[in-house]
Amino acid sequence: MAVADPRLLRWSETSEPSNRAEAMSSAEAFARHLAGQRLRERIFRGSTLAAAILLLLLLGGVVVSLLHGAWPAFSRFRLAFITKDVWNPVTDQYGALSAIYGTLVTSALAMIFALPVSFGIAVFLTELAPPWLKRPVGVAIELLAAIPSIIFGIWGLFVLAPALQNSVEPWMDGHLGELPLVGALFRGAPYGIGFLTAGIVLAIMIVPFISAVMRDVFETVPDVLKESGYGLGATTWEVIWRVVVPYSRTGMIGGIMLGLGRALGETMAVTFVIGNAHQISASLLSPGTTISAAIANEFTEATTPLYTSSLIALGVLLFVITFAVIAAARLMLLRLGRRALASA
Amino acid sequence: MIHEPRRAESHGAGGADAGRRFGDGGLNLKPSGRQHVSESLEGGSPVGEVSVADAVFSCRDVSVFYGDKQALKSVTIDVARRQVLAAIGPSGCGKSTFLRCLNRMNDTIPGARVTGTITLDGRDIYSKRQDVAQLRARIGMVFQKPNPFPKSIYDNVAYGPRIHRLARTRADLDDIVFTSLQRAGLWDEVKDRLSSLAIGLSGGQQQRLCIARALAVQPEVILMDEPCSALDPIATAHVEDLIEQLRASYAIVIVTHSMQQAARVSQRTAYFYMGQLIEVGDTDRVFTNPQHRLTEDYITGRFG
Repeated sequence: MAVADPRLLRWSETSEPSNRAEAMSSAEAFARHLAGQRLRERIFRGSTLAAAILLLLLLGGVVVSLLHGAWPAFSRFRLAFITKDVWNPVTDQYGALSAIYGTLVTSALAMIFALPVSFGIAVFLTELAPPWLKRPVGVAIELLAAIPSIIFGIWGLFVLAPALQNSVEPWMDGHLGELPLVGALFRGAPYGIGFLTAGIVLAIMIVPFISAVMRDVFETVPDVLKESGYGLGATTWEVIWRVVVPYSRTGMIGGIMLGLGRALGETMAVTFVIGNAHQISASLLSPGTTISAAIANEFTEATTPLYTSSLIALGVLLFVITFAVIAAARLMLLRLGRRALASA
Repeated sequence: MIHEPRRAESHGAGGADAGRRFGDGGLNLKPSGRQHVSESLEGGSPVGEVSVADAVFSCRDVSVFYGDKQALKSVTIDVARRQVLAAIGPSGCGKSTFLRCLNRMNDTIPGARVTGTITLDGRDIYSKRQDVAQLRARIGMVFQKPNPFPKSIYDNVAYGPRIHRLARTRADLDDIVFTSLQRAGLWDEVKDRLSSLAIGLSGGQQQRLCIARALAVQPEVILMDEPCSALDPIATAHVEDLIEQLRASYAIVIVTHSMQQAARVSQRTAYFYMGQLIEVGDTDRVFTNPQHRLTEDYITGRFG
């Protein structure tokens, strides 16, 4: 019986030589053990590979079924589907421009409101908060992120919208509506529901995400860097703006994009407060719709195949927009990295 | 509560406090043959010349607490103008804590508390009216590890002048950057690549850049917290030469783990142990004729 593996040899040598048979059998047991080990390893590797491939298949499946479902609409309306803002189920005419516009406007508004607030929260939590306040505020932010979006929708519709309708919106119409250039943004009847309300609700929803990411990246800034800023006589603001922010630029962009991605795709809360009107209006006070709100609202009413297909085509557009946002973020990071390299 | 610190002489001949000899406390230190002025650890007053005629900093009864832990115990010492004061002692002895009191850097640590008085040119730096940013601008600080900002070499040096608006024109700023880099002995090495990232410099160059960055704010005092601990011997020699030159115009306090370095660069040496200032005096005297047994044990390498 040849024992080729040197490890097996050693195994048999360590056994009592007086009982060779027992030694051989324990060597066989070890060989069996090794074979079992190899098998388990192969199964483990195989299953992780399978999981990874499954992900690719799922993504491919989603893309294929989306495109397949959207095909009738795209082939019928061609480019007009994204350039026209008619959305008329009665005449079976569909153009997605108003939904695209609403999606972009509400997300932009949300970013405008959410960015400064998130930045402030992150700075406060990392640099300024007394230790006893850090945890409560940090936990509160995480809880805010855990609130289901439908709650935000209900709150937006029953609390925020009437409040805006009665106070902020008439004030805007009266005071800001007369401004040159930007006046059109604030002119109009105070409906309560519309782009502005949706933007505010979205902002509240994405603040926890952006501020949590920003807090985490701010915390990665080495203390020695901040201290050398302070050591030069910098104030907290100067240290944050000129040391912390440049250092954590990459991570901050990541957090902002995470928030933007969520704002673009958020459905339920927006559906409650956007007004669901397929129209493009310069005024932020007027109702509109977004891609995801339109899909959620109208899917059950889609009576003709073309209507259904048009809604799926809206989904394709949302997919493209979010993909473009992620790609843009990647590109921006790449360029930042290259600039840092070029100057090195 | 400024009190005249007891001078070494008042301790009387060695062994006066023999009842509280440190060796009885459980730390097994070998008794040395020499007669010491003081061998006590308790009692507060350090051995040696605490005060100087021309003091920049005067620290009186300075204690520092991090939470419940007392890191510095009632330290009384002066820092002289145009002189290098070296703070030596084993790890955790409070020498860095002492340094960080001088520019109120301890304020940035949550839970840190400082008691006693520290005056800079006669004015209490812990008074409520003191603007901390302005104080730190008058006091340059160089850290253990070179820590340039993730910016260009030029922007690193220009950081301080920019936030304090020291330069009116771009030419003024260029001039400050040039002078500071020159004083730090770095100009010739970096003049052709001022716009490249500071991270690309070698460790020694980065540390001299950090010194230039501190000089650019035109400080009166420079604090150095083990500035050479991350540097190789050649870079260390560079920085030590630089300290020697800077001494002509600045008061310098340097914390160092290397007794050789303290002996080379400083005129006065302070020995800290377990949060207390044990002995302070002329460097030559402290190293050749230490008056406290703990100091002698440390500098002769019996412990630490």
